[in-house]
Amino acid sequence: MSYQQVKFYQTGTLTVGNRLLDEQQRTVQATLDRSNSLDSGHRACQGCGEALGARYAIDAAMRAADNQLVATNATGCLEVFTTPYPESAWRIPWIHSLFGNAAAVATGVAAALKVKGREGIRVIAQGGDGGTTDIGFGCLSGMFERNDDVLYICYDNQAYMNTGVQRSSATPGAARTATTQPLGPQPGAEFGKGKNVPLIAMAHMIPYVATASVHDLHDLEAKVTRAMLLHGARYIQVFVPCPLGWGARPADTMKIARLAVESGLYPLFEAEHGEIVNVTRLRHRADVEEYLTLQRRFAHVFKHPEQLQHIRAIADQNIRKFGLLDAQEGVAR
Amino acid sequence: MKTPFAITLDVGSSLLNKTGSWRTERPVYVDRLPPCNNACPAGENIQQWLFHAEEGDYEQAWREIMRNNPMPAIMGRACYHPCESSCNRAQLDQAVNIHAVERFLGDQALRHGWQVEVSAQSSGKRVLVIGAGPSGLSAAYHLALAGHDVVIHEAGPLPGGMMRFGIPKYRLPRDVVDGEIQRIVDLGVTLRLNTKVEDIPATMQDEGYDACFVAIGAHVAKRVDIPTPDASRILDAVSVLRDMETESEPPMLGRRVVVYGGGNTAVDVARTAKRLGAAEAVIVYRRTRDQMPAHDFEMDDAMEEGVVVNWLRTITSMDDTGFTIEKMELDEDGWPQPTGEFETIEADTLVMALGQNVDTSILENLPGASVKKDGVVEVGSDMMTGHPGIFAGGDMVPSERTVTVAAGHGKKAARHIDAYLRGGKYTPAPKHELADHGLLNTWYYTDAEQTVQPLLDDIRRQTTFEEVTGGLDESNALYEARRCLSCGNCFECDNCYGVCPDNSITKLGPGKRFEFKYDYCKGCGLCAAECPCGAIKMVPEEI
Repeated sequence: MSYQQVKFYQTGTLTVGNRLLDEQQRTVQATLDRSNSLDSGHRACQGCGEALGARYAIDAAMRAADNQLVATNATGCLEVFTTPYPESAWRIPWIHSLFGNAAAVATGVAAALKVKGREGIRVIAQGGDGGTTDIGFGCLSGMFERNDDVLYICYDNQAYMNTGVQRSSATPGAARTATTQPLGPQPGAEFGKGKNVPLIAMAHMIPYVATASVHDLHDLEAKVTRAMLLHGARYIQVFVPCPLGWGARPADTMKIARLAVESGLYPLFEAEHGEIVNVTRLRHRADVEEYLTLQRRFAHVFKHPEQLQHIRAIADQNIRKFGLLDAQEGVAR
Repeated sequence: MKTPFAITLDVGSSLLNKTGSWRTERPVYVDRLPPCNNACPAGENIQQWLFHAEEGDYEQAWREIMRNNPMPAIMGRACYHPCESSCNRAQLDQAVNIHAVERFLGDQALRHGWQVEVSAQSSGKRVLVIGAGPSGLSAAYHLALAGHDVVIHEAGPLPGGMMRFGIPKYRLPRDVVDGEIQRIVDLGVTLRLNTKVEDIPATMQDEGYDACFVAIGAHVAKRVDIPTPDASRILDAVSVLRDMETESEPPMLGRRVVVYGGGNTAVDVARTAKRLGAAEAVIVYRRTRDQMPAHDFEMDDAMEEGVVVNWLRTITSMDDTGFTIEKMELDEDGWPQPTGEFETIEADTLVMALGQNVDTSILENLPGASVKKDGVVEVGSDMMTGHPGIFAGGDMVPSERTVTVAAGHGKKAARHIDAYLRGGKYTPAPKHELADHGLLNTWYYTDAEQTVQPLLDDIRRQTTFEEVTGGLDESNALYEARRCLSCGNCFECDNCYGVCPDNSITKLGPGKRFEFKYDYCKGCGLCAAECPCGAIKMVPEEI
């Protein structure tokens, strides 16, 4: 594990903070002086997972970089809801250029800082799954390949939410989007398409790749902190539910993220130089149905048992492939 | 204003955008009633004292108990802990071992000599308390703290009531009883032993009391008529347990002892007989184990010590060598009915443990007071009898007869007596909404099994009166306290502060909890959903 789990302190290390824990064992989010890099007043929907994930990740990075941080941002919800001209919700140096070039702009910023001898300032590029896995994919791969000193954070809400919930290459099979309607014999997005960008990033043999989820703050912060300790190209993909696009209650954002991970559908792991070095094991394995039933984008799945079966098979495969259960537990279940 | 090319507006902050206007529901912090507190007959704020114990501040925790119950070390041993039966943690793994922590805190207080002090000004009023059992002592304590002059008249030679004469010392060591009673006396309470009150109004007038609390308990053993040639071989449980305390020689029970009854007292007598050297201690009960009023854990302890139980039997007669007992069977309504089949059982002594009655003679001539048909004294919701200024509580009034209920009566009566003496009326604060298990988000609680208290080994349990159940040590007690889920009350886990996507919660610092920034809160409800302990409630906005 990349951080120490504390047991028996009433809630252990699962809550954001805990008055019974040492300061060092609490999260950045629990502190009074967190940087609140993404401040109040932004226009994200109620219960937005991406707004939360971005504040979590950037605040942790700010702490790790001693507040010496620049972020570039791809077009997308995150960019739109934080910076309606002339307001900004960002409390860090932040730049937006185009949908597809956040990685390339970050490369440029890092190069410029290097030329100016200000390498102490760290660079983050961020975007949604559309800007990362589809439109900005070429720039991202190039940044990896050159091993530029940039941490790229992708907030994965599994579709183009900003433009009206169109399918991206991160949309899971069976999910309803504006372009994958729940019609016909195979409703929703097709199975077997799309990309697993964390695995593709690993194939570039870059120093650090990780997946995280907005529901597991300690894990997320530990991964961002770890990434900030390293130099070179790094990639973190954060699972961030979208209440509007997924047809879910805003109050269920955390619960949905938790169930995605605990059902095995969204494996959390860390990889260094192309090799997986750590997986976050399931704590209380959940059934995929529990996850699906909270989201209207999967409502039709319950009328198509073969789709449900397919999704369950994906979860089972992840659990096997990444070793998400303890050996003993695997037998018991 | 000089701006770059194509820029017409100054840079602004999103803080100008008050997203609070989006809201249809607003989160509010609430305090809900934890089920343990709700279940405690003595009205202890269990969650609050566990909160202090979790931080290792045992003295503060103990003081929190003392606000409601002056005998933590006794309660931690003798209470049947309804708090644990209702603990929400039981639905997660096992209940918090509340009584073990309470005992630890009580023992710490005795070891370190922690005292409470009377801070109230003297009221100049005098209160007579009749009976130095848990109820009388509790009332005396609370009345003394309220500034009244309290005198306890106890008919027996030693204080403690059923805590001494009912609960055997292997469950409740006497140094603990003595220590906690002494602490109450040290508040300035006068304790007069061997002083039986015959006429309450006369005593009150003679000695100038302004109010009286009667808590004489229920000490008269119920009996059934069993034909026997030798009545000396039939004893009752109350006198056996009393003699254990007052006589220099323990009562002669013989080698084979039969106890008749199915309550905790029956179990206590059987276990006592075993310790006094009885080869056989047999409980005869006319119904089944499920219907037995004795608590399961006491039965388990007794059976481990070799006590045998004959279910569904009644005793019909006794002769020189033993008893004739009749088999019973349950009818459709669950009542035992005789079958006409008989057995014999060899025994030297029969001890009847069939319950106790109240000696109501003290109240029979009291104008206004009324005794119910089943021999208990009627009191109002303020614990006052029909006679103004005379209150009653404990085993002698209608209620469950336990040490904790008695202590609760004492507290309640003291609150009402205090109000009565000051010419007012005591109204308890309204109760908060119950913090049900369904209001918790249990994901956040890590797995932590209950600590088991050590037990004395079987041989010593069968031969000595040493305390059977051991206490927790400091690390165990701390661990156990930290298993508390803090149902319904904020314990500052920072979850709301962390999970708000709109950064619309202010953390006020240790002990001060949090505050919502309603200017920005969009009312998504994430904070309420992710609060582990159910201390946030979503309420509709008024439009």
